[in-house]
Amino acid sequence: MKQRIFYLLPLSVFLILAIYFAVGLTKDPRRLPSALIDRAVPAFDLEPIQGHDRGFKSTDLLGQVSLVNVFGSWCVACLAEHPFLIELKETKAIPIYGLNWRETSPDAAIKWLKRHGDPYTLIGNDADSRVAIDFGVTGAPESFIVDKQGTVRYKHVGPIYPDIWEKTLLPIVEALRKE
Amino acid sequence: MKTMRKLFLSLLFVAIAFPAFALNPDEVLKDPVLENRARELSKEIRCVVCQNQSIDDSDAELARDLRIVVRERLVEGDSDDQVIEFLVTRYGDFVLLRPPFQASTYFLWLSPVFILFLGIFAIITFFKRKADSINSLADPLSAEEEKRLKALLGSEESK
Repeated sequence: MKQRIFYLLPLSVFLILAIYFAVGLTKDPRRLPSALIDRAVPAFDLEPIQGHDRGFKSTDLLGQVSLVNVFGSWCVACLAEHPFLIELKETKAIPIYGLNWRETSPDAAIKWLKRHGDPYTLIGNDADSRVAIDFGVTGAPESFIVDKQGTVRYKHVGPIYPDIWEKTLLPIVEALRKE
Repeated sequence: MKTMRKLFLSLLFVAIAFPAFALNPDEVLKDPVLENRARELSKEIRCVVCQNQSIDDSDAELARDLRIVVRERLVEGDSDDQVIEFLVTRYGDFVLLRPPFQASTYFLWLSPVFILFLGIFAIITFFKRKADSINSLADPLSAEEEKRLKALLGSEESK
C-alpha cells in the first residue's frame, strides 16, 4: 500500500509542473517591473526636434501631474495610440510630453506629427537613446505618469487605449492630483 | 573529378565562414584592454528588447546604444561593477542574464541543489532497501526455526 503511493509521484510532479507552466503562460513576458517607480525622473535636457524651437527638459515636469510618452515615427504601435493621445490633449485631460526616440532622419518626427497631429506640450529629441536608457525604456510606446514633485509613479508599456486610460491610468492621475 | 571539386569548394566555403558579430566596427574601442572588458560585460547584459540575447549578440538598436553606453562608462573610468549598477538602477535585475543570489532568487539558485540531494537520498534508500531484502534472505534461521525444521525433517526420516 505504501509503495502504491510512490507510483503516484510522477503524476503529481507532472500536475504541479503543468499548473506552474499554465500560470506562467498567462503572464506577458514584455511586462517588466520598472526600476524607476517612486524615483525622481532622471535629469535631462533634450534638444528640440527639427522644426521646433523648444526642447524638453526634466524640470519642465515639475508642478503638475503629467504623462511622458516615448514615441517614434517608425513605431507602428505609437500610431495606434496616437488618435487617443490627440483626444487627451483636446479634452485637456493631462499634459503629454514626448520623448522622440531614435528617429531615423532629422525631419521624420515633424513630418509624422504634421500628418497625424501633435498631442505633445513639449518634445525632446532622443536620437541616441540616452534619456530612454535613463528611463529604462525597452520599447515604444511606453508612458510614464510623473507627479508634481517630478517623481515617476507609474509605467505603462504599450499603446494607451481608452479602456486602459479609464480603468488604470486615470484613477492614478486623479489620486496624484489630490496629493 | 567534377564532384570532387564541388565537394572541395563547398568545404572551403564552410571553412572560411565566420560567425556574424552584432558588434559594429565603429563601436569598438581603441584600447584593447577596455574593449575586452566591454565585450565581457556585454555578454552578461540582457538585451531588453529581444530578452534572451545578450547585448553582445543582439542586433537590436537599443542593444547597440547600450553597448555604446557600456563603453563610454568604461572610458570614463567606471569599474565593471559600477557599469552593472548603472544598468541595474535603470532596468532592474532583469538586465542581468545571470540573476543575482538574493532573497528573491534563493529558490531559483538552491532548488537544483535540493533536487540533487533528494535524488542522492532516493538512490541511497533504494540500494539500502535492496541490500536489506537480500540480507534477510541470507539470514540464518533462528533457534526456534532450526528446531522446527529438525522436527519436520526428523518426522519425515522416521517414517
